[in-house]
Amino acid sequence: MQTQLTLDARIHGEAFTELPHDLYIPPDALEVYLEAFEGPLDLLLYLIRKHNLDILDIPMADLTRQYMVYVEKMHAIKLELAGDYLLMSAMLIEIKSRMLLPKPAEIESEDDPRAELVRRLMEYEAIKLAAQRLDEMPKVGKAISVASAYYQHISEVKPPEVSLDDLAEAWRNVLKRASNFQHHKVGKAELSVREHMSIILRRLKTDHMLEFSQLFDVVQDGIPKLVVCFLAILELAREGLLRMTQQAPFSPIYVQINSHE
Amino acid sequence: MSETNNITELKNVLEAALLTSHEPLSLEDMTRLFADRMERTTLRMLLDELKQDWSARTMELVQVASGYRFQARVEYATHLARLNPDKQVKYSRAVMETLAIIAYRQPVTRGDIEEIRGVAVNPNVMRQLQERDWVDVVGQREVPGRPSLYATTKHFLDDLNLRSLAELPPMEDFAQQEIPLDL
Repeated sequence: MQTQLTLDARIHGEAFTELPHDLYIPPDALEVYLEAFEGPLDLLLYLIRKHNLDILDIPMADLTRQYMVYVEKMHAIKLELAGDYLLMSAMLIEIKSRMLLPKPAEIESEDDPRAELVRRLMEYEAIKLAAQRLDEMPKVGKAISVASAYYQHISEVKPPEVSLDDLAEAWRNVLKRASNFQHHKVGKAELSVREHMSIILRRLKTDHMLEFSQLFDVVQDGIPKLVVCFLAILELAREGLLRMTQQAPFSPIYVQINSHE
Repeated sequence: MSETNNITELKNVLEAALLTSHEPLSLEDMTRLFADRMERTTLRMLLDELKQDWSARTMELVQVASGYRFQARVEYATHLARLNPDKQVKYSRAVMETLAIIAYRQPVTRGDIEEIRGVAVNPNVMRQLQERDWVDVVGQREVPGRPSLYATTKHFLDDLNLRSLAELPPMEDFAQQEIPLDL
């Protein structure tokens, strides 16, 4: 491929100064112009249309020569596209050389070497025209403006559904969390001062007056409980709910409900 | 909650929904507007009437691929375009040709696109089309390399005001008008 190409370049080496008349483009516009082609097929189509060549009977020599002029130009200005274009050059030259070969009589019906090229050119042209049509079609954001009136968005609040299972699950969670919580305040619940305050008040409600020592079950209760009980009595006294009386030092202390009489 | 069956009221609900929606509304979307069951035939009938009601207005009710929408009539396009003059960016020919190939030959691989255009597919081109949500990958061709198969989206049809691919301008036309031939 490379050798064919350099050979061809030498043959048409003067193309830089002697562009075919209708192919002449001002040098500074050339780059822009060449970049306008979407690829070798696009360039070939342009040449065919420009020179009114019959796409079904393409004069391969003419087309290839003109095509090579463009490719040389692209090569000269180091256009990135060169690769695809070089491949096409090779294809054109191959077709041209196959056409030069004499056909053996028995394979008379062999396909025209140009058939594949023609098929591709026609397919590309169809797509190219389809693309132009698509481009011209009115589109949203350009020719089509879609209505989008403003509205105050109010989200419809639906009361969430609760099943019995949800409820049971929630309760289990509460218990679980409560047990975690309890873990951190060891023994406080069973030795609650508040609880003992109630117990004492309830006892005094029925018994009206008790001796201080009667409030303590020294045999049954451990020391912590005795302490809590004592604290409860002090607390009740402080809040003015109990009244404690003692006739003389070391005599029994009596406890009764302070009834505000 | 009792909702009226009054036709005018039903049409008003549809109208409000369609005018405020940013995307086309499908029949299914619209049945959800009503607490009571709404038959599709009834819905279509109501939409037809709504379309008639608006026939003398600046907005028209049209059907596209993903549903129904209100849009400004074409005659106002030039005026409306003046509001956003910088919006008139054009896609390059590479983008449009790639789009055309995907639209008319889908599902296609990059290889198919390269074969038709005769040049390598610029990844930028595919990205532009995918970002616009006009093209997406619908699968892989079961050949070595498992290349992605590209197709156009509903959004593409919506944006081109089409209900289906069948409404694309027929492709044969171009070949015939340009090159009358029989191979």
